[in-house]
Amino acid sequence: MGNKISIALKRGASCVGCDIAVVNFNEDLFTLLSVADLVFAPTLLDVKYDELRRMPDKSITIGFYHGAVRNSDNEEMARVMRDKCQILIAYGACAHMGGIPGLANVTTRQAIFEKVYQTTLSTVNPDGVRPQESWRGDRGEELTLPRFYEEVMALDDVVDVDYYVPACPPTRDMNMQILGVVKAFVEEGTPLPPKGTVIASVKTLCDECKRTRGEKVTVERLHRLHETMFDPEKCFLDQGILCLGPATRGGCDAVCTATNMPCRGCMGPTAAVTEQGASMLSALASVYGMTDRESSMSEEEIEKLMSQVPDPLGYFYRFSLPKSQLGRVVREYPLGEYAVRDTTG
Amino acid sequence: MSTTATRETPPASPAVFAPKVLVFCCNWCAYAGADLAGVSRRQISPHFRVIRTLCSARVDPEFILHAFKQGADGVMVLGCHPGDCHYIGGNYRTRRRMALLKVILQQFGLHRDRFRLEWVSAAEGEKFAQVVNEFVQRVTVLGPSPYRVHAPRAPIYRTVSGERGPHG
Repeated sequence: MGNKISIALKRGASCVGCDIAVVNFNEDLFTLLSVADLVFAPTLLDVKYDELRRMPDKSITIGFYHGAVRNSDNEEMARVMRDKCQILIAYGACAHMGGIPGLANVTTRQAIFEKVYQTTLSTVNPDGVRPQESWRGDRGEELTLPRFYEEVMALDDVVDVDYYVPACPPTRDMNMQILGVVKAFVEEGTPLPPKGTVIASVKTLCDECKRTRGEKVTVERLHRLHETMFDPEKCFLDQGILCLGPATRGGCDAVCTATNMPCRGCMGPTAAVTEQGASMLSALASVYGMTDRESSMSEEEIEKLMSQVPDPLGYFYRFSLPKSQLGRVVREYPLGEYAVRDTTG
Repeated sequence: MSTTATRETPPASPAVFAPKVLVFCCNWCAYAGADLAGVSRRQISPHFRVIRTLCSARVDPEFILHAFKQGADGVMVLGCHPGDCHYIGGNYRTRRRMALLKVILQQFGLHRDRFRLEWVSAAEGEKFAQVVNEFVQRVTVLGPSPYRVHAPRAPIYRTVSGERGPHG
């Protein structure tokens, strides 16, 4: 054992892809295990929650929590992890900014229950049964379920977080970078980065992207990926395909754009801003439908042009809605009366 | 005897909704227009606060979202008339961004009348007063912003800072 450190891996509202990202270390898993013991990882090891609860406080060196905080179980386990771990890392896009589960903040708990337990085509539920937080059986036994929250939160909304590792899921190279930092810390005592650091680049994804960008860019019309024969060497935005690169933090080595998939924004906003959506909005507004008759266009024409962008909220905040300035959608007026587009279905 | 004694004091009753309206003014046109409205003694509803920026294009959409987060009931952006921008084309950028922001604000569930983009030149003190009065009137009718219940209780003069924290 020597001076090995210990690592815990806990999931919240997550697809477990982040656990798989750790497995993706492949043979380097041995390097990880040479410096660290994996003491708690429900997806990978046969462990129980009570075992984690029984461990002494601060007995685990580094805790990786992935997934958003969606229900009371997620929150409770996030607090347990905080108590047991010396360093807590928000691992992956969901723990960092809410991620894909965070998109549930466009709607409400009630609407989600209505959809899932009542109105989907494959559901037959004439009695209108809904999950109960507590149920008592005939013999007095009590069964409980976690409380489903009104909105999705990121990890640092409920506990103090030391470091953030963005991406959905963190790439192998990002994991290797963390491993390097951890290894240097354990073996040579190299100090860790300052608290609150997002372990990725501070620049935008475009900085890393290999695609070629034109000098003066204008986007005539927006296309979906399958609607157009695009040039695999050229910038997606130049070709009218929405790519969140200009508003997204780099550090993932632009693996998506390198394989002809436009950036979805899973790395969150860059270090200089708080709002991924607002940055993307500004970037797109600067190139979309730009013609030399800009000065002769009326306000109405500009508004009409911009309202052609399909679902900007859902696209620009795909991974960061809970950590955006407004955090969630509220409804001030009956849906459809003023709404340009109905995103809640 | 003071001549100000006859002036009406704003009603102190908590039953009356006093909206908080934020007005971004560009330095070269709208802010000068606001100045003119002041020296011309135009009557303006007192429920607005002005933030001066060098150009209306300096108003990052993030500022407006942050204002709503902090509990603003309405936000206005005032700039130079198209073609009159001190920096040649700043206000063209502004109107593109704000047009897209309007779509997003409505998707976030805010009434479209809670945000307004308007052009006010340095000579239009009267227009400044009129636009602000209209906007405050409209926002008063709409009532408190739905984000006020989510927003932290904001002191009257709170700086717009970039800090990030748990949304309340």
